[in-house]
Amino acid sequence: MIKYQKTSGLTEKNTHYCPGCTHGLLHKLVAEVLEELKILPNTVGVASVGCSVYAYDYFNCDMQQAAHGRACAVATGIKRVLPDRVVFTYQGDGDLASIGIAETIHAANRGENITVIFANNAIYGMTGGQMAPTSLKGQITTTSSLGRDPLTQGYPIKVSEMLAQLNGPSYIERVSLTTPLNVKKAKASIKKAFTYQLEGRGFSMIEVLSSCPVNWGMSPQESLMWIDKEMTKVFPLGVFKDVKDE
Amino acid sequence: MAKQLLKGNHAIALATLEAGVDAFFGYPITPQNEIPEYLSEILPANGKVFLQAESEVAAINMVYGAAGAGKRVMTSSSSVGIALKQEGISYLAGAELPCLIVSVMRGGPGLGGIQPSQQDYFQATRGGGNGDYRVIVLAPESIQETIDYIKIGFDLADIYANPVMILIDGLIGQMMESVELGRPVPPRQLPAKDFTTIGTAYHTGRRIVNSLYLDPFSLEQHNIKMKAKYDLVVKNEVRYEMINMDNPDYVIVAYGSSARICRSAIESLKQVGINIGMLRPISLWPFPKAAFKELPASTKGLLVVEMSQGQMIDDVEIANKGRLPIAFYGRSGGIVIDPSEVHEAILNFEKLVRHD
Repeated sequence: MIKYQKTSGLTEKNTHYCPGCTHGLLHKLVAEVLEELKILPNTVGVASVGCSVYAYDYFNCDMQQAAHGRACAVATGIKRVLPDRVVFTYQGDGDLASIGIAETIHAANRGENITVIFANNAIYGMTGGQMAPTSLKGQITTTSSLGRDPLTQGYPIKVSEMLAQLNGPSYIERVSLTTPLNVKKAKASIKKAFTYQLEGRGFSMIEVLSSCPVNWGMSPQESLMWIDKEMTKVFPLGVFKDVKDE
Repeated sequence: MAKQLLKGNHAIALATLEAGVDAFFGYPITPQNEIPEYLSEILPANGKVFLQAESEVAAINMVYGAAGAGKRVMTSSSSVGIALKQEGISYLAGAELPCLIVSVMRGGPGLGGIQPSQQDYFQATRGGGNGDYRVIVLAPESIQETIDYIKIGFDLADIYANPVMILIDGLIGQMMESVELGRPVPPRQLPAKDFTTIGTAYHTGRRIVNSLYLDPFSLEQHNIKMKAKYDLVVKNEVRYEMINMDNPDYVIVAYGSSARICRSAIESLKQVGINIGMLRPISLWPFPKAAFKELPASTKGLLVVEMSQGQMIDDVEIANKGRLPIAFYGRSGGIVIDPSEVHEAILNFEKLVRHD
């Protein structure tokens, strides 16, 4: 009897992600949800620029690759002309919260019926560890070598809290993948977000606190502990918006 | 169809629907605002998509998404806004996606002005996006020709899986003329869209719309494939008009509104016994280079007339290959050339010849 098998939502391609990075796990959760909801053949995904640029090689559905920061605009274009398809973006914090913040806010505000998977690891991974808009106060990166100084470099931007102020979004939650329980919860949240899209409720986003051991200069285990101890102080887990509560 | 008196931008909106557009994504900018304004009513009423984006950048990327989903899709903008779309145009070209871009030029650089100009010839034909790519650029001279070229433009975009730009200026956008909608254009065989990401339930295999090729050999192969496509465009899609080529003394080279204005100057010069021909490029890329070889032997020189300080003249110099002296007359910043100025320019040809 098969107890566990690889999801059909992922291709056979090996990912390029670094050891200890949670992108791979997050890919698996999204893929499992697409498979379990039986929407894989009806889905068009949008990959972004950053570590997840190759997401189009990993998700086993039709994919588009968007310019840096423009994933929500590209997804809008797809969803508006194919309203009966499931459309999602997979974006990191540089892409979504920095260069693409306008596209993100406006897609959310229009209530575009898409699902955004937002991997927040508080750093630019692909380009080698520069400061991100979500980097914590005092966080050392290659462009904040003395630690992020809010006086000159601003504060970590809280995207979930910000978007939850808008009328457009239907579901916004921040989750993490630091423990088996958190992974289970994250998957349930991702499933809920896609379910809301299927129900036509409008924009949903799951912000996933993610690890970047290589650029953080930590072991994979230390990285997960840092998420639990430090990141969640600034980025608390929880549901920020759920239209079912309104 | 009966003739109607229509403003240029209004006619474009109506022609867009006639040409079978599925979706429009745009952002307000003068002097093209009537296009999205009319489309915001016309498209939803006909079951099509209209969306005012949060920026030109977002609009062109929505175009990318919808084009990748296989739809006939367009945007319109003007100079400053087209500048913002350049990144997206490069991505569309790189991913080999078809779309139509209507560019209604105004004065520049920077915020410039809002009056008509032809100061974005370089922007249209050279582009500001990165990489080896081309945009097919069509420059009609009247509202009628503009709406005829909307359908032709969409077809060319589909045939070559590449962005096509209709390049006009605020004059054509804002003036009113008697036009006929839905005039037949030569039918073209359109290829099947086998690249569309619409869900794997709707086709075999998995499809990816993408312009990333990290392996340099793969990217070069992609570049070579695109070059071969562009060579076909150069071979098959050059469009121009030769006017009054019966032993001309001089030949004017002008496109769009400038060409229209030069027609009047040709008439007034005829009255004083000077015979002037005109070579009117309609496709600015591909530029009608070969046409310059066919100019009558009587031609003593070329007068390039543009509503700019001289941009198309670069292409004329390339096409001329040093054969004939080239003079230039241009106004810019939103000043529309008067036919009398072109008349004078021909009389002063020798003084206006450009020397390197």
